[in-house]
Amino acid sequence: MILAQVVLNGFLVGAVYALFSSGLTLIWGMMNVVNFAHGDFVMIAMYVAFIAFTALHLGPEFFVPLAAMMLFLLGVVVYYGLVRHVMRGPILAQILGTFGLALVLRYATLWIFSANFLSLPENLLGEVQTVAGLRLEPSRVVAGIAALILTIGLHLLLTRTALGSRLLAVAEDRNAAMLVGIRPDPMQALAWGLGAACTGVAGALIALFFYITPTVGESLALIAFVVVCLGGFGSVPGALVAGLTIGIIESLTSFWIGPAFKDVVVFILFLAVLWFRPQGLLGKA
Amino acid sequence: MSITRRSMLAAPALLTGVPALAQGAPIKVGALHPLTGVAASAGNAAKAALELAVELINTPQPDLAAMPLMATTGFPAIGGRPLQLVLADQQGSPSVAQNQALRLITQERVVALTGGYQSGLTQTASAIAERHGIPYVNGESVATNLTERGFRWFFRTTPIGPDIAAIYMEFLKAARVNDRPISKIAIVNENTEYGTSIADVIRRTADAHGLSIALQIPYAANSADVSAQVLQLKDAQPDVAIFISYTSDAILYARTMRAQGYRPPILIGDNSGFSDDNFVQTAGDTAQGIINRSAFDPSRPGSNSFKINALYKARTGREMDDTTARTMQGFLVTCDAINRAGSTQPAAIQAALRATDLKAEQLMIGYRGVRFDEKGQNTLASVLLVQLRGREYVSVWPTETATSQLQLPYRGWE
Repeated sequence: MILAQVVLNGFLVGAVYALFSSGLTLIWGMMNVVNFAHGDFVMIAMYVAFIAFTALHLGPEFFVPLAAMMLFLLGVVVYYGLVRHVMRGPILAQILGTFGLALVLRYATLWIFSANFLSLPENLLGEVQTVAGLRLEPSRVVAGIAALILTIGLHLLLTRTALGSRLLAVAEDRNAAMLVGIRPDPMQALAWGLGAACTGVAGALIALFFYITPTVGESLALIAFVVVCLGGFGSVPGALVAGLTIGIIESLTSFWIGPAFKDVVVFILFLAVLWFRPQGLLGKA
Repeated sequence: MSITRRSMLAAPALLTGVPALAQGAPIKVGALHPLTGVAASAGNAAKAALELAVELINTPQPDLAAMPLMATTGFPAIGGRPLQLVLADQQGSPSVAQNQALRLITQERVVALTGGYQSGLTQTASAIAERHGIPYVNGESVATNLTERGFRWFFRTTPIGPDIAAIYMEFLKAARVNDRPISKIAIVNENTEYGTSIADVIRRTADAHGLSIALQIPYAANSADVSAQVLQLKDAQPDVAIFISYTSDAILYARTMRAQGYRPPILIGDNSGFSDDNFVQTAGDTAQGIINRSAFDPSRPGSNSFKINALYKARTGREMDDTTARTMQGFLVTCDAINRAGSTQPAAIQAALRATDLKAEQLMIGYRGVRFDEKGQNTLASVLLVQLRGREYVSVWPTETATSQLQLPYRGWE
């Protein structure tokens, strides 16, 4: 019974990892830009949720979309204000550009909100439920379901719609896309907006069960990069598969061997996968 | 050797005309705390407490006259020169702590260093002070080995591992779960210097008391998820679970235990994370009855602790927690020694620290006094056990001095 709970918890944590990583993989896949400010985008979304709840008394049904919209705007602003310019520079400028942005966001938040830990009331979505002897936290289940919906939605958007084709065309070959009449800037701004909006949803949902502090992105960001690498750069379904895999492996390792060893096991596995499939589980070669 | 080194350090100060000896020039004391990074909440609480200490020392405080330097202005034995705090952010990183210690000593020319917060960082920073022959006074790091290194410039005011383990074991030997003695103890500890050393000393002390540790779970701090640890405990069903964690993990443990429906009969949360007011405010409601150690009990009106807590609360809107109080006490001891040294010479301050003999009523915290042994450890540090009631810790052990009755079993969220 305990083991089933361990696997279930791993599954739900993995879904959160997937949710958290979807925005990163979108931006990475669309633009070949690594957004080092990703964890801090999630942090901003958590603060949006917190303020919306405490100051405006909005419930999750409002603050999750609100965080998505705010982060969409942030993503677009960041694209036009920063990314578009650093993209013209050497690769190092791109890396340090978003890294600098991460520090600006983190320390601005630290300055405004101080380093104190905040949290939303527990069980905002209801009490813990026991189903067939397994304990289910509604906030985590909702986050898991949201991860699934978001992944499927993004996948359909990219593969089944004209907009998705235009996004992919720009990602594939900017110049060729321009030749067939696609203006790359709005498309890439849209990719950043969508990627950031995903982190908005993720952040607002994670805020339901996690603490909120300016450095919370640090605790979560590394795993997002691993998930994206393992899943395959730019592959949205890959991020889901990888997130769930890592969540379950971490959970089982922690339970059987000990939590201090979970990173060792996860990273050995990660290296092993990259050895055989450098493009990631579902990435294209 | 040290004379040469000191004169070399002093030479540039004279050449550049830094008014190191001028009448009225502030005397700089350095402090290292995590102002950013994951432990920033604790670091900023320390910052507020140290700034309060500076204000209290630099202006006359007749109300606190029982404590050294409070009734007067600045350092009366050094011409009334004011105190200046130079705070450095160690960012929770041992290498940054080292660099900042070096910067404070060589560039800011502080006469003494304090703080460090995480034991692992105090370790690296104090090694720099030792090399430069600058007194380092730590008020909050509890890893035993810090005063076992044969350092001559390192002093520590806080109770340490063995003191803490002793009071836990004394309590656990007396405690009963379902009318039977404790038989199974589990420890969950973060795996840096602090968690590892406290866990080890608890294990050794338990063995000596005929109690054994059935299960120990070390984990890496700042985890994104701790449910596996909680399930391990749920599976093992110990009588007592002892957590040794910093704030972020402490919050996560309390929340996860509720989500997983796990409550041990006795839950001990060792200080740092569990003492942080941030833990009490964000997760306290789900951890009712958690037992913690403390040296700071501000509940008696008229006591120094009460007055200091009131001043701190007026400044920050928060209660002063135990870790912050121990930090502030360490800083005050440093300043007292500088004044008694009557000089800013490191060797004079070192000698004054060695001669420290503060009585309980001269302190803002519940130690029996401050007197250092040859290793630099305060031999009069003491600790008591407190229990969380609502959003306040009340003292429950030892029973002779306790203000409240111990309540068992652990209630958690109910």
